[in-house]
Amino acid sequence: MAQIFPKSANAIARMSVYGAIFVLIFVGWAFDALNRSAYNTRAFMAREQPIPFSHAHHVGGLGLDCRYCHTSVESSSFANVPPTKTCMNCHSQIWSTSPMLEPVRASFRTGQSIRWTRVHDLPDFVYFNHSIHVAKGVGCESCHGRVDKMPLMWQHASLQMDWCLDCHRNPEKVLRPQAFITTMGYQPAGDQEEIGRRLMSENHIQDARVLTSCSTCHR
Amino acid sequence: MADDQQIVVEKPAPGEIIAPGYTFSTITDQISSVVLTRKTPLFWFAAFGFGGSLLMLFLLAVTVLLAKGVGIWGIRTPVMWGFAITNFVWWIGIGHAGTLISAILLLLNQSWRNSINRFAEAMTLFAVACAGMFPLLHMGRPWLFYWMMPYPNTMGIEPQFRSPLVWDVFAVSTYATVSLLFWFVGLMPDLGTLRDRTKNPIGRAIYGILAMGWRGSARHWSVYETATLLLAGLATPLVLSVHTVVSFDFTIAIVPGWHSTFFPPYFVAGAIYSGFAMVLALAIPLRSVYGLQGLITDKHLDNCGKIMLATGWIVAYAYMLELFGAWYGGNTYEQAAFWHRMTGPYAIQYWSLVACNIVAPQFLWFKRVRSSPVLLFIASIVVLVGMWLERFMIIVSSLAQDFLPSSWGIFQATRWDWATYLGTIGLFLFLFFLFVRALPMISIFEVRTLLPQAKVSKEGKR
Repeated sequence: MAQIFPKSANAIARMSVYGAIFVLIFVGWAFDALNRSAYNTRAFMAREQPIPFSHAHHVGGLGLDCRYCHTSVESSSFANVPPTKTCMNCHSQIWSTSPMLEPVRASFRTGQSIRWTRVHDLPDFVYFNHSIHVAKGVGCESCHGRVDKMPLMWQHASLQMDWCLDCHRNPEKVLRPQAFITTMGYQPAGDQEEIGRRLMSENHIQDARVLTSCSTCHR
Repeated sequence: MADDQQIVVEKPAPGEIIAPGYTFSTITDQISSVVLTRKTPLFWFAAFGFGGSLLMLFLLAVTVLLAKGVGIWGIRTPVMWGFAITNFVWWIGIGHAGTLISAILLLLNQSWRNSINRFAEAMTLFAVACAGMFPLLHMGRPWLFYWMMPYPNTMGIEPQFRSPLVWDVFAVSTYATVSLLFWFVGLMPDLGTLRDRTKNPIGRAIYGILAMGWRGSARHWSVYETATLLLAGLATPLVLSVHTVVSFDFTIAIVPGWHSTFFPPYFVAGAIYSGFAMVLALAIPLRSVYGLQGLITDKHLDNCGKIMLATGWIVAYAYMLELFGAWYGGNTYEQAAFWHRMTGPYAIQYWSLVACNIVAPQFLWFKRVRSSPVLLFIASIVVLVGMWLERFMIIVSSLAQDFLPSSWGIFQATRWDWATYLGTIGLFLFLFFLFVRALPMISIFEVRTLLPQAKVSKEGKR
């Protein structure tokens, strides 16, 4: 009887059996890499804004404190985007005729808010509260990165759950004293783990079991 | 090649597992002709069409489910498991007989299994496929099923390994994998036979690829024997472990009526009970439609009937032990749970299950019942219904009335509950009759070893 398959079928069969393992591993790896990539999380991608507001200039250059504009960060779950009036505190006096700032003045005249593009947007099923993090000693920089070096704002982190859990599992690695909450480029005076553990007990931070309980963030 | 008129099948003597007069070639002719040469009987079209229509109902039910959510089912607090988990346990139990026949009876050298193991293993696979549907659909968001698996993920978490529901995932997926491998390895020599016999070039290519170069050389047979024994060794503990893990879904919880230590053996016996009922329900029509009484003899049916009787008694013992435990344990809630079962809103189901699972199979004591295919068929259907009721009873009645009367509630099955359940029966029949049409439903080479000619004496070997 004639052969149904050519002799090469043997090699193809063996290759496909062994190859399947590598193909499956590669597909799994590729999927995971894509999932974590900046392409998916949009981390490190500067976002277009209606006015090219530079944190690098205002924070890094002029030394404004974060809380000058984001006033509600210590008392509210939401660190507010400042109203136009906050901009006009200074810009009614300096650069008051700059064409670049015309949208700010227009907003002030008409009362229409400037429609900033939101950069840090957590999913709706996550309950996140800025005030508790600030009160317990998590600095702005810990999550938002070196804002004083960002001409346009970008996400410093993936905002994926394993990133949240990094700190919730080991809070002592990031805690800092209240005096340095808004400091950019903070260097701990001493051993961070030691300071962190001391702050944990001073600030009554609960252990990782409570911090990583599902209902701590998903309510 | 002989067609079926020429195959002379004498009625086998009682107690024989193969009719006299068969030769190596007539066995091969008769089994392969079902797939290759014989006209497809009307029965096949009817059964396949029936299964196919129910499968369409299943697709409709799943579509509606995905569009609207699990609320289309009758699952409401407190009975959140309802039909879905009942059907899951029922189907996965049915699968167990196939593994028992193929693995345990192989290791125990029960040669009568050779004639029924192939389609019993196919039954296992398709039953596991049906079973798997329910936990997946019951999740509500089945497309996230892979969250049940431990894999490196961006959420930074693992499944809860202390939950029996996670053990279920591993138990059932292992079971499905080993069953598939066992079935496929066992098919290879027969796929080689079909490849060599078919005249259809496409069929030849497909059977050829699936046979993976089987030539039947001595080396192939030696490797085959080793592989089968290893797989049988792997599958044997699975017969016991899979349903044990399924029973943990219940026993780990503290719900009255669930929290018992004897659930694992009770569930395994029930699984084999319902599985053999399904084997009979499939074998009896198949052998009469395809004229296979010479291969699946009355002795096979008799043996299956005896296993049903034995496992039925284990199940009956478990029911009694359950009641005894509730009484002897002195736990008010446990006692109330069983009192509710017998007299409460589900009393009809409870007493029907006693009638189906304990009373009806007692007829199997009689040789005349076990030698009548029609009566055996009826008995097996009754047992299948009874075993479904048993799972329904355990799940629904225990959840409906637990500790606090203020949280009691009655489960009302909706039409979508029924549509999904009947739909998986359709899926099962559809797959099974596809298998009957495309693959040899009886293992050709294993049945050939039952012939007296196949027994090689020591002198002959030398």
